[in-house]
Amino acid sequence: MSSDTTSSELAKENWAAERLRAPWRGFRLSLLAFPAIALATLLITSYSLVTSVVGILMVPPVVMLARSLMNVYRDLIGKWTGVQIERPYLPEPPEEEDPGFVGQWNRFVRLSSDPATWRDMAWLVADPIVVFFTAALPFYLVAYGLWGLILAGGMGDVIANAGGQEWYGFIPIQQGYGNDGAKVTATVLLGTVFMVAGFLSGPRLLKVYGRWGQSLLGPTEKSKLALRVQHLTETRSEAVDASAAELRRIERDLHDGAQARLVAMGMTLGAIEHLLDKDPAKARLLLAETRQSSAKALHELRDLVRGIHPPVLADRGIGDAVKALALDHPLQVEVESTLPGRPQPPVESAAYFAVSEILTNAAKHSGASRVWIDLRYESGFMRITVTDDGHGGATLEGGTGLRGIERRIGTFDGVLALNSPVGGPTIVTLELPCELSSPKTLPS
Amino acid sequence: MRVVLAEDLALLREGLVSLLESHGFEIAAAVDNGPSLLKALLDHRPDVAVVDVRLPPSFTDEGLQAALEARRQVPGLPVLVLSQYVEQLYARELLADGSGGIGYLLKDRVFDAEQFIDGVRRVAAGGTAMDPEVISRLVARGTRDQPLGRLTPRELEVLELMAQGRSNAAIAQQLVVTERAVTKHTANIFSKLDLAVSDDDNRRVLAVLAYLNRS
Repeated sequence: MSSDTTSSELAKENWAAERLRAPWRGFRLSLLAFPAIALATLLITSYSLVTSVVGILMVPPVVMLARSLMNVYRDLIGKWTGVQIERPYLPEPPEEEDPGFVGQWNRFVRLSSDPATWRDMAWLVADPIVVFFTAALPFYLVAYGLWGLILAGGMGDVIANAGGQEWYGFIPIQQGYGNDGAKVTATVLLGTVFMVAGFLSGPRLLKVYGRWGQSLLGPTEKSKLALRVQHLTETRSEAVDASAAELRRIERDLHDGAQARLVAMGMTLGAIEHLLDKDPAKARLLLAETRQSSAKALHELRDLVRGIHPPVLADRGIGDAVKALALDHPLQVEVESTLPGRPQPPVESAAYFAVSEILTNAAKHSGASRVWIDLRYESGFMRITVTDDGHGGATLEGGTGLRGIERRIGTFDGVLALNSPVGGPTIVTLELPCELSSPKTLPS
Repeated sequence: MRVVLAEDLALLREGLVSLLESHGFEIAAAVDNGPSLLKALLDHRPDVAVVDVRLPPSFTDEGLQAALEARRQVPGLPVLVLSQYVEQLYARELLADGSGGIGYLLKDRVFDAEQFIDGVRRVAAGGTAMDPEVISRLVARGTRDQPLGRLTPRELEVLELMAQGRSNAAIAQQLVVTERAVTKHTANIFSKLDLAVSDDDNRRVLAVLAYLNRS
């Protein structure tokens, strides 16, 4: 799974900007401690009320609330520290639960037995302390440094003259502070050191915080497996549905097309046999008709087979099949293929039909005049990039068919990434994990 | 005229043999797989080869590959490729060397014996016989471009027939016009497409195909 496709703000920043922003980001993360403490209290209260039944009703909504807060943590950590954290929660049951007490009880048991719930709880309690020593620390260093500069700038004198007693680091601030040049200089130096330390340590401490987040908020081996099983179950049933629908379509096409024509031809041939002696002219006419009918049946069968498994795909593999597709396409399509071999046939076929549909989409919706397709193989993945020079603005939603493609290649653990800013260009990238077999060589 | 024939379905192979023999061709060899096709082509050097694209042992485009390989070794060896499907990609590969003597037809065209035999003769003589389906797809794709878009519907019709490899006489017969009218149309087509006019039928067809095939 490619985690770097989710937008991390960090990727676009330079060295200085990242350090300047880190303390402020850490501080904002630490502000989440307030809702966290409130939720921790609420959750502990809910559990303590379990014996009086009220708790059983209270726990699920509070847990769900905590989860949405955890998701805010995950998103911000992903955005600001570069550590991507996947959601660890065990999947919800597919069917609606009984709204009565039994359902509530089941929900309570299910949520309570999800280890992620307890890890969330641990986070709610521990993070308000941890965040202070990691992500938020640079902010306080900067703030303390700034305070030093303010003291040296005159505030120190004001405090001392009002009879106040203060320490700034190791520097005492008392009567006559403003006239003691050495002390003021030391304060300015110390304050600057604190600020610089705050800015410089920011990104590193954010990273540490990110790892801490990953250790508690990320999925455990068990939930990873459970999520994987859910994904496989979903894609399997989709694949079975899709192939059943496909078989029905083929059956219907054969029934209405070639089969019907063959029946008609059989009948006409019978009539010809009958007419042969009595009316040879009529028989000749019917023969010509029958020949046309057989040509039509062949034509229909050809189209049907092409829709099931295109001949070039069978002969040469995906690279040449996409080239053949490009030649028949109304837009000007350039294909570059550097695949060193052929993927397994099902993967190849899924990829082919995905590209075919993306091309159809480009012709229908994008307003493009040219399309570039690139097929390559890198570290266990076949990567296909389709770029068009259209007006962009494509989305996965809205009946563009991209969602369907995503589902279909999902069966093979493939992923689809869409990049289509308004104004273009549109880039669709498919990634399918597969192994390549060596290309078939012509026996000589 | 000596023919090498490659077709893996026995029924169809027998049919083609008797069809060709009844039209005065001599069958030098009739084979049913890719490797023996290549060997037969190189051993017999026939006047024309009639080859099915898909052949054993791999049941992929073995016939096509053998034909292309034979033409690499014997340039201009006339080959007529038969297939259940016509693919522009394959048509392009066959025409790539630009030396003519190429046919690429759907298997259904065999139903019309006269036309089919005419195609075989044309290929044997160094001409071309391209399936109407290949040509109409090429032309359909090309008409969005300026030069082809300027042709009149009648001129497009003539262009398609010409690209299939038909002679002026055959085009005139098909369209039920005089040969003179066809000559006029072809002259217009060549000037609109900026192609050099040639009296030689084969060269003319190759120029048109090259024009349609450019990407």
